[in-house]
Amino acid sequence: MSCRSLSRTALIAMAIVLYCHTPLHAQTVDAPAGLSGKLLLTGGVTQVEGSAGGGLTPWAVIGGYGSEDQIGANAYYTRVDVSDYGLDSYGVLVGFYDRFEISLARQRFDTQRIGAALGLGSGFEFEQDIVGLKWRVAGDAVVEQDSWLPQISIGLQHKRNKQGDIVRAVGAQDSSGTDVYISATKLYLAQSLLLNGTLRFTKANQMGILGFGGDRRDSYRAQLEMSAAYLLSRQLAIGAEYRSKPNNLGIADEDDWWDVFLAWAPNKHVSMTLAYVDLGNIVIADDQTGYYFSLQGGF
Amino acid sequence: MTLRLICCLCFFLAAPLSAENSVPDPAPAHPELRPVLDDFGGMPGLTALMDTFMEIMLEDPRLRPFFEHTENDRIKRQLAEQFCVILGGDCVYTGRDMVESHNGSIIDRADFNALVEDLQIAMDRHNIPFRSQNKLLAILAPMHREVITPKAE
Repeated sequence: MSCRSLSRTALIAMAIVLYCHTPLHAQTVDAPAGLSGKLLLTGGVTQVEGSAGGGLTPWAVIGGYGSEDQIGANAYYTRVDVSDYGLDSYGVLVGFYDRFEISLARQRFDTQRIGAALGLGSGFEFEQDIVGLKWRVAGDAVVEQDSWLPQISIGLQHKRNKQGDIVRAVGAQDSSGTDVYISATKLYLAQSLLLNGTLRFTKANQMGILGFGGDRRDSYRAQLEMSAAYLLSRQLAIGAEYRSKPNNLGIADEDDWWDVFLAWAPNKHVSMTLAYVDLGNIVIADDQTGYYFSLQGGF
Repeated sequence: MTLRLICCLCFFLAAPLSAENSVPDPAPAHPELRPVLDDFGGMPGLTALMDTFMEIMLEDPRLRPFFEHTENDRIKRQLAEQFCVILGGDCVYTGRDMVESHNGSIIDRADFNALVEDLQIAMDRHNIPFRSQNKLLAILAPMHREVITPKAE
């Protein structure tokens, strides 16, 4: 299936979900018995690599609205537009019994005019596919309000970049790689605050868009990712994220990423996230700032 | 003073021992949450809230089976008492503990969350500030351990 038709399929699936499940008004109960047993927004949203989390970083939450005895699933589409580049990301995830998550995602990175400057051709695109797995190993982010223990999950993201020759030409050692991470997430309900910390072991250059490992360094490095969200209502949260990144390639410095976001879930079947992102330097273009928009539909 | 100190010390030493095998307090008083009780409109506000809460639950297909054949006036009164005590009010909780009061029902996590949702909808309808709602829910949430039916081994 071509990526455009996959993306169209995902959007149609989302539209069907929206059409079938839009409640008459937001205050009514929008989950039938036996489905979507989790509380609103407690499955997080889908991050840019397809795992449940914030926008940039995976969280310990299991995606979808399935509670202990249920299965949940969703599809997402995310567009990031910064000064000189664009990124489209879309995919699906399934959460099993609030215990295990599997996700599939595709990223398409558009070099726009920079592509010409790099000799790749204007509008040259890098593409990669990501398979994610996540296992909740301890805790419960939401109900254990009298315990210090956060919800803890371990996960991996296996990534395959389709522009192997080009990423090797810029100094990457591999066109595929696997990130491994451990996340801790806790909702501090009395403060209406959610905190997440993720430790990621990775060789990926710019998430894998520029391959894995580099001429400067070719070993796994631990990277810290942090998110904080303040709940304004059941449907609305604001927050910020920070994601540190390795620096493996000689051709360009890779900067850490951060964003500030607004996430809105009018009901359990749809959510939207809008963010301002700062991706720093990407190859020859500095100060890559812009917006991030993500639409998600599921149950 | 010394005597009080010793008594105090004895209490803290003895507490973990006596707490073993006993059910947690269904209505632990949090005097520091007294301002939250004001946001709920005191005991009259809680009583009105429970009318709305029960109405919503009886309309909710997920929860109706639990409440359609129960003494709902008593349940509403005791819930109001329980919330009042938790929020530092000058009330007395006359209900049973959280294990006994849920003994007759098979309750899973989705049922527990459905009840939280309906309570949130009721609190929204009564214009209780979201932050105050969360302060109460933070005390109620750990009660899932007594409320949810343990899985058969």
